Amino acid sequence: MSGLALSVADHRHRRTRQRRRLIAGLALLLAALFALTLMLGQSFVPLGDVIRVLAGQNVPGAAFTVGELRLPRALLSLLAGLSFGLGGAAFQTMLRNPLASPDIIGITSGASAAAVFAIVVLSLSGPAVSVLAVAVGLGVALLVYGLSFRNGVAGTRLILVGIGVSSMLDSVIAYVLSQAPSWTLQDAMRWMTGSVNGATLAEAGPLLLSLLVFGGTLLSRARDLEALRLGDDTAAALGVRVARTRVVVIVTAVGLIAVATAVTGPIAFVAFLSGPIAARIVGRNGSVLLPAALVGGVLVLAGDYAGQFLLPGRYPVGVVTGALGAPYLIYLIVRVNRIGGSL
Amino acid sequence: MTRNALHVRQLVAGYGDTTILDGLDLDVPPGRITAIVGANACGKSTLLRTMARLLSPKGGEVLLDGAAIHRLPARTLARTLGLLPQSPTAPEGITVADLVSRGRHPHHGLFARWTRKDDDAIAAAMEATRTAPLADRAVDELSGGQRQRVWIAMALAQETELLLLDEPTTFLDISHQVEVLDLLTDLNRQRGTTVVMVLHDLNLAARYADHLVAMAGGRVHATGHPDQVLTADMVRAVFDLDSRIMTDPTSGRPMMLPIGRHGMVG
Repeated sequence: MSGLALSVADHRHRRTRQRRRLIAGLALLLAALFALTLMLGQSFVPLGDVIRVLAGQNVPGAAFTVGELRLPRALLSLLAGLSFGLGGAAFQTMLRNPLASPDIIGITSGASAAAVFAIVVLSLSGPAVSVLAVAVGLGVALLVYGLSFRNGVAGTRLILVGIGVSSMLDSVIAYVLSQAPSWTLQDAMRWMTGSVNGATLAEAGPLLLSLLVFGGTLLSRARDLEALRLGDDTAAALGVRVARTRVVVIVTAVGLIAVATAVTGPIAFVAFLSGPIAARIVGRNGSVLLPAALVGGVLVLAGDYAGQFLLPGRYPVGVVTGALGAPYLIYLIVRVNRIGGSL
Repeated sequence: MTRNALHVRQLVAGYGDTTILDGLDLDVPPGRITAIVGANACGKSTLLRTMARLLSPKGGEVLLDGAAIHRLPARTLARTLGLLPQSPTAPEGITVADLVSRGRHPHHGLFARWTRKDDDAIAAAMEATRTAPLADRAVDELSGGQRQRVWIAMALAQETELLLLDEPTTFLDISHQVEVLDLLTDLNRQRGTTVVMVLHDLNLAARYADHLVAMAGGRVHATGHPDQVLTADMVRAVFDLDSRIMTDPTSGRPMMLPIGRHGMVG
């Protein structure tokens, strides 16, 4: 082994170790936040009591607060955050543009419109809502892709078309909501900005299944997706089946986003923010998918906790994450203008 | 004997409804350097892209050791046949070492681990291209010549026995063009890699290629050793240009001087 090969190996070991440490750190932060949101709230429940409640024991004074109120909420926040983070980063990586996130190009709005339509107009509930949301999410992805196709798909055109489709779908949501006069403001907020208010444990089922199936498939393609960042031609030359990889990524990422949206509503900007934040933390030399999922979980858990207890008044999580995401969106657009190039 | 022989048979290819190559035949000599030259839009890049399977043929086939490459598994093919596309773009912020290591992609399965063989391949690729001192630099802050060496290093790390390059010298100044072509010649002489490249500069093509392919109108106009292919007749037929052919005093290869409408001097 030459000296150079040794230093190449050394360099790689160092980077792998550092990456693992950072991802482990993110996972720990997520676990700590999860535990804290179970312990803290209107009243404090010690960790020991939380664990006993989770183990199924009846702890007086804590069983209801933790088991019925906090656990469903925290679990749903965690699973939805993982789904949004993973799905969002997959789109951003595949289209090589941070603005090409599903919540900007209309996929989240499509899933949300489908969910609210299914509930209000068709009186559906449970898995049927998720299935319809996934179907419409895929339909919107196809529509945006088709509308922006002219001798191939350019990123900028796709984003602009997506923004148009997105605002159209947002008005569909507003229209359907206006036709449901018996609804409370809480319900309306869920479908407009996303919320985990009134979460139940049963709702976690489809989210968990979607993460296992769609999320698992997507993560197994992480390396091919990384190769796509080098451009379609280079990826193909490296043995990646470009068209097939793209279809798998679109179906799984839309699935993740749509199932999560059908449960919590379109939690604003989590899909958009998670990838860039994760890239800032672990660097851009490896796949950003797993760290982005963890960041998504952190954003939703922390956002929901802040919306409930840290801010004056109570806000659904989407209002908090939306307030975080908007400045970043403006920063990206300003930066694009300054460079003067394409998006 | 037929190791890594690339044959193109009755190839029909193009984009959408447009047919660019119509019944093209070509044999690429194994272990040699082949340069493809021709006027703009004559189908050079289309041919190279179809040979690298970036484009599916509408008719005919590309054979690698007798097997149609469009039916080989993508990863298997990528271990034998590498391609450097025209002006590839590096993702923002990626480092040289990381970009070069991506060349190992086809050698890894779903759960494959990195091995010493990978490190050796990357080290050898960086050594050959003299990119080792740049290892920790971001690719997007390098000069054009350095960047092209890094991309070639990535293709070398792929360890393919055939390497196709689409205009590897575009946007480089003359000294960096020569540097890249010298590097490819080293690769051919030392590793026996079969090199096929599209080149714009006829003189550099004649100087560095063992085998010259002149294309016109989606077909092969002439093919063979540069001595036979680079003639005034060929230049007139392929480029619609009057020229004089002389002998390069350094290499002994033919050299083309264009005449043009204002070619006469007092």
